[in-house]
Amino acid sequence: MRGMTPIVQCISRLMAPSIFLLGVYVVLHGHLTPGGGFAGGVLIAGAFVLLVLAFGSDEWRSRALNWNATVFESLGLFFFWFLAVMGLIEGVPFFVNVIAKANPGHPYRLFSAGIIPLCNAAIGMEVAAGLFFVFMCLAILKMGEKP
Amino acid sequence: MLTILVPLLVLMILGAVIALESKDLLSGIISLGIIGFALTIIFLLLQAPDLAIVQIIVETLTLVILIAAILKTTREDTTETFGFKKILLWGIGLIAIAAFLLVTVNIFKHLPPFGSPVLRMAQPYIDLGLPMTGAANLVAAIILDFRGYDTLGEATVLFTAVAGTVAVLRSVGRKRA
Repeated sequence: MRGMTPIVQCISRLMAPSIFLLGVYVVLHGHLTPGGGFAGGVLIAGAFVLLVLAFGSDEWRSRALNWNATVFESLGLFFFWFLAVMGLIEGVPFFVNVIAKANPGHPYRLFSAGIIPLCNAAIGMEVAAGLFFVFMCLAILKMGEKP
Repeated sequence: MLTILVPLLVLMILGAVIALESKDLLSGIISLGIIGFALTIIFLLLQAPDLAIVQIIVETLTLVILIAAILKTTREDTTETFGFKKILLWGIGLIAIAAFLLVTVNIFKHLPPFGSPVLRMAQPYIDLGLPMTGAANLVAAIILDFRGYDTLGEATVLFTAVAGTVAVLRSVGRKRA
């Protein structure tokens, strides 16, 4: 896929960091404001998709980027399962909010609600990497080409 | 409220019909976008900002992926049906729509009025969400604490779907046909 005109490239170069930052904000404040891991993850993936569409796929056809996407997706799911199993390690039932029981924190603060922000971060990492990798496979790869 | 909702719903139905009937696949996909963005406005009017955020982002990304896929393949809808098969499909469709409307009208007579909750189970979640989990966003408290198993399963399903897509689309290790 070829890139677009320099106007589109310049504007998307300015916009993509803002979209990425908004995605990180939505993920981290998922337990306080509307949004959460899934919405923020799709926003982060959208920032990368915008860059790929504007600059063309030739600059992005590096093996390392796709490898990083798979690694981050697997790490996100592993982190989520680890948070769920952490209750069993502590000796309480599965998926119990162990951090909130030990240190509840103040409601409406950023560091509150125990494992819920951590779960949001894990989901956001998994969704962002997974959707971006699916986009790369669907729209960029040609037949008989190595991913 | 209903005076705003009904035109949006009619617009969604029109978009779906245009998306089905248009011969140009690109205009069909853009008509699909009408459905998603009208649904976003409906979610906002019904005071569900969580759903509205997810709907508008996922709709935009899905449209971009579909348009990118169409630009790489073809723009024309080439499916055609003739004669007896077409009459049969139309007949089955009309009978199904009539049966669906009949059942729906009977069901809506027994539902509580618009805006009042159906389930008694929602009230304990609303009352105990903040004190038991400490999360100010009630939706996050429900999907990651009370119903955490669901979200864990969803994340696993998404991982499996991405793995399956990559396994189908990859070319390394696949035999040449």
